[in-house]
Amino acid sequence: MMGGMEEKVRDFIRANFADAVVREDNFRNQQSFYIRAEELVHVCRALWEDPELDVRFLSDITSLDWLGHEEEKHGRFEVIYNLYSLRHKYRLFLKVRLGGDNPHIGTLSHIWAGANLMEREVWDMMGIVFDGHPDLTKLLTPDEFEGHPLRKDFPLTYEQPQFSWNKDEPPEVIR
Amino acid sequence: VTAESKTITINMGPQHPATHGVLRVVLELEGETVVRARPVVGYLHTGIEKTMESKLYNKALPATDRMDYLAPMSNNLGYCLAVEKLLDIDVPEKVRWARVCLAELTRVNSHLVWLGTHAMDLGAMTMFFYTFRERELIMDIYEACGGQRMMTSYIRIGGLADDLPSDFDKRVRNLTRTLRERMNDYEGLLTHNEIFINRTKGVAVISAEDAINLSLSGPLLRGSGVKYDVRKANPYSGYEKFDFEMALGTQGDAYDRYLLRLEEIRQALHICDQAIDGMPEGPYRAHVPGVVLPPKEDILYKMESLIFHFKIITEGYRPPFGAVYQAIESPKGEIGFYISSDGSNKPHRVRVRPPSLINLGALPKMVEGRLLADVICAIGSIDIVLGEVDR
Repeated sequence: MMGGMEEKVRDFIRANFADAVVREDNFRNQQSFYIRAEELVHVCRALWEDPELDVRFLSDITSLDWLGHEEEKHGRFEVIYNLYSLRHKYRLFLKVRLGGDNPHIGTLSHIWAGANLMEREVWDMMGIVFDGHPDLTKLLTPDEFEGHPLRKDFPLTYEQPQFSWNKDEPPEVIR
Repeated sequence: VTAESKTITINMGPQHPATHGVLRVVLELEGETVVRARPVVGYLHTGIEKTMESKLYNKALPATDRMDYLAPMSNNLGYCLAVEKLLDIDVPEKVRWARVCLAELTRVNSHLVWLGTHAMDLGAMTMFFYTFRERELIMDIYEACGGQRMMTSYIRIGGLADDLPSDFDKRVRNLTRTLRERMNDYEGLLTHNEIFINRTKGVAVISAEDAINLSLSGPLLRGSGVKYDVRKANPYSGYEKFDFEMALGTQGDAYDRYLLRLEEIRQALHICDQAIDGMPEGPYRAHVPGVVLPPKEDILYKMESLIFHFKIITEGYRPPFGAVYQAIESPKGEIGFYISSDGSNKPHRVRVRPPSLINLGALPKMVEGRLLADVICAIGSIDIVLGEVDR
C-alpha cells in the first residue's frame, strides 16, 4: 500500500503542480516535496480535497533555521508540513524554503483548525509570519520576551530571557 | 464590571488544582455559561528543543524524560527510534520486546494518574488513592530497571541502559494480575456512578470530523470513533507481532474517553503479558561500534571497548545529512520526533510533536456554550501534561 501511495502522490503533484515543486527527496523511506512558498496553500488544499488520496490529517508544522550552513543558499528558513492520510496510513512532507529577512508564508488554519496552535508556535519560536492567521500571537514565551529562541543566532549565554531591563547589555552570540 | 456589560472575563489558573499544572484558561462568562475560552500556555517552557540542539545525540536523551513526565519511557522510545532511523541501525529482538513492555507499562502508569486526577476533579477523591497505590507497582519496576522512579532514561539509542532486572517478569506479572482485579474496583466506583455519569456523559463532545480537523490524536481521536493508533497504522518496535484491540468510542464525550482509557489499560496489560511470555534471550544492546556504548563489563577489560566508550562520550557520532520523523503512540496521542541532522555530532534541530498541546487546541470547541463546571471535566478528559505542552 505504501509503495503505491508514494507513486500516486508523486503523479498527482507532478500533474497538477509541476511548476510548484522545486525538488523531491526520499530519505529513509520518507517522501518529501520542496514546494514554492506561494503555491503551498494550493497544494495543501488540493491534497485535502482529492477523495482518492485522502490526505486529511495535518500531523505537525515545524521549522528549521539553516543559518551558517551551506544549505542556507536555498533559503535560510525551512517550514515543514507533516501530512498524513488516515485511510492509506501514509505520511508525506511538504517543505518550503524562505529567505532570511521577513520570512512569511500563507496560513493553513482555514483548511485545518489544528494549524492554529502549530503556526503560533512556529511564529513564536522561529519568527516566521503566517499571513492570514486569525490570531498570530506568542504561544510559549512571555509577552515581554524579545526574539525567537529557536533561531540559530539567538544568544545562548547571559540572562536567558532578554527582558526590557537587560536588553542594552550585549549578549555573547554562540552557535 | 460595568452595569452594561453582559459578560465577565476570568482567569482560570495558572495556579488552579484542576488545571493539572500551570495551564491558564481565559474564560469569558455570561452568567455561568462559557462564551469564549482561550488556553494560555508557556508557563512551564524550559527550552527543551533548544537544549537538545547543543547536546550530543546520546546526551540529549535525558531531556526527553522531562517533557511528558508521566510517560518517560514513551518519550525515550520515540527519540531513540528516531535517532536509530537516522543512523539506520537495527536493535536486537530482545530490546524490541522489552521496549514494547516498558512502553505499555508507561501507558498504564499515565492512564492511572489520569484516572485518579480526573475522578478527583469531579469529586471522587477515593480513586486518586487507589490509582496511586497501583502506580507504585510500576514505579518499583522503573526503579529496578533504570534506578529512578520517574526520569528513567532507561531506553537508550541502540538498546537499553542495562539488562532487564532478573525479577522483571515476576514484577510485571504481579502488576498485571493485581491491576486486573483492581480495575473491577475502579469500575465499581465510577462506571455506574450517577454523579460521575452526569458530569461526563454528553460533556466535552468532539465530533469525528472536528477531531481530524483539529489534528487530535490518541484517546481523544479514538474516543470520537476515528480509527487511528500509530501502533496499528505504522507499527514500530515490533508491535505488529502483538495481539491487541484498538479501543474505540462512539459519542466522543468525556464518558466515552473514560471507558476507552480503561480498555486501553486492559489491552496494555494484555500486551505486557505477551511480551513477558515471549521475551527472547539475547543482548540488551545492538553491537554497533562507535555509535552504541559497549557493555559496561567490557569497558573494564577490553581496550577497544574503552576507546569506543571514550569516543562516544566525548565526540559522539555523525549521522548522515537528512531529516527523519518517527511517530509513536504515547499515552496522550501521537508523539513524534522530527530530527534534522546537518552531518555534525549534534542534532541540528529536534522537533517534538506534542500531543498534549495539539489536543489542548480542542478545548475551546469543547466548552464554548457549556457551563463553567464542564471546563474542569473537559481539561481532565483531554489529559494534558504541561511539561509536554510547553516543553
